[in-house]
Amino acid sequence: MKLPIYLDYAATTPVDPIVAEKMIECLTMEGNFGNPASRSHRFGWQAEEAVDQARHDIAALINADPREIVLTSGATESNNLAIKGAANFYSKSKGKHIITVKTEHKAVLDTCRELERQGFEVTYMDVEDNGLLDLQKLADAMRDDTVLVSVMHVNNELGVIQDIVTIGEMCRERKIMFHVDGAQSAGKVAIDLKELKVDFMSFSAHKIYGPKGIGALYVRRKPRARLEAQMHGGGHERGMRSGTLATHQIVGMGEAFRIAKEKFESDHARISTLRKRLIEGMLSELEEVYFNGTPDQSVPGIVNISFNYVEGESLLMAVKDIAVSSGSACTSASLEPSYVLRALGRNDELAHSSIRFSIGRFTTEEEIDYTIKLLNSSIGKLRDMSPLWEMFKDGIDLDTVEWAGH
Amino acid sequence: MAYSDKVLDHVENPRNVGAFDKNDPSVATGMVGAPACGDVMKLQLKISDDGIIEDAKFKTYGCGSAIASSSLVTEWVKGKTISEAAEIKNTDITAELELPPVKIHCSILAEDAIKAAITDYKTKRNK
Repeated sequence: MKLPIYLDYAATTPVDPIVAEKMIECLTMEGNFGNPASRSHRFGWQAEEAVDQARHDIAALINADPREIVLTSGATESNNLAIKGAANFYSKSKGKHIITVKTEHKAVLDTCRELERQGFEVTYMDVEDNGLLDLQKLADAMRDDTVLVSVMHVNNELGVIQDIVTIGEMCRERKIMFHVDGAQSAGKVAIDLKELKVDFMSFSAHKIYGPKGIGALYVRRKPRARLEAQMHGGGHERGMRSGTLATHQIVGMGEAFRIAKEKFESDHARISTLRKRLIEGMLSELEEVYFNGTPDQSVPGIVNISFNYVEGESLLMAVKDIAVSSGSACTSASLEPSYVLRALGRNDELAHSSIRFSIGRFTTEEEIDYTIKLLNSSIGKLRDMSPLWEMFKDGIDLDTVEWAGH
Repeated sequence: MAYSDKVLDHVENPRNVGAFDKNDPSVATGMVGAPACGDVMKLQLKISDDGIIEDAKFKTYGCGSAIASSSLVTEWVKGKTISEAAEIKNTDITAELELPPVKIHCSILAEDAIKAAITDYKTKRNK
């Protein structure tokens, strides 16, 4: 077993060696380096063929038509293209109101903020304490001038799965366009875009063992979803996203999606077993441990836990042999704890004490066991050092203490 | 976050972790910070009748630099008089630990902890 142990698969994943091999074949003089847009020679035709195959493999994982796949630089660009592109297109006829959720990724939230500056009105929905939307509240927020609803499929910090089936129905009934950020869900949750009433869906390659710098936006054909291009140029990707197609990146994404489809069942089963082992190992040894999100409606790969009375950054330092993320503000330059955890109504103490473990294809049982052992001893040590733990053990209710805040 | 070796050393081997009986008349206790802000420090000083800090202990809930700042302070105050200890400035702590700018509040908190403990001592003496 090699240290440190990588348990941050929701941040990014290593490229599958089979994927890397395929990518390398598309770079050098001896390889498939041509411009897929070159129509006049074999170099171009071969590259185009490789891109077509990749587009087919990407579409197959999500049961879409290859012609519905617009290749981009990643999920951030896909989110920008879908939200700005659709908002601008549909605002001309229908209105200028958009609905999204407070726990969305910054690529969605910040894009919506930009649209607000351009004169759109945005409703940011609260979530319930389990991280999920109350669909009745969402229905109440929908208006005649609502043009777009944007909801992520799987939350990156919590792993909770939103009910995009029902939300899709609600939007379609009201003729509102529906965008879904699927960066964390592809390959982890079954996605059938022939059935789902989703108009736009963003995808990323590097979350499922493909390369960084490549993603896709699904744009529905029937009924047709429209958007205004945000990147202008040679008219690539049916005019929706110009720029020379990066054959090696696209081939890498295609191969990663193909493998994800092939290993869908086995990955899910393995990761679920490892998750169970991790959770049981922590719960059997430690008290005052709280789950963030809802384990019943989550992807198995993401486990977000608060260890009460232990601050997140100090815990990360104590367990430096495992690579995980913390919701504590202290891990970043901002002094606010995770906005996602705050949106659940978690108090700031628990938000500061949270750790996200994300398990992936290459995680082993041995690594999980090592993680449990290290956590149990580190948390014991940090709690011995924590004045809050001491007060808790003395039976003092921390909510009654008057803190000298700063 | 790139911490200095000094911070890492204090986090891995914190000095003087623990607690004294806060009802002991020679023990002064200062607790500062708030859980919602992500750091709480409790500093305790054992002070002799002639005002010399004989021993110090701390407990801290907080990030690495909060732990390091309080651990460092327990080392610094030992053997000092209370008026000497009161002169320890947060900038001294920042300089010694080479804290990054976003962590300066941790050193301020440690300075406040000393002041709070001294205030507690004076209150106890005046009773």
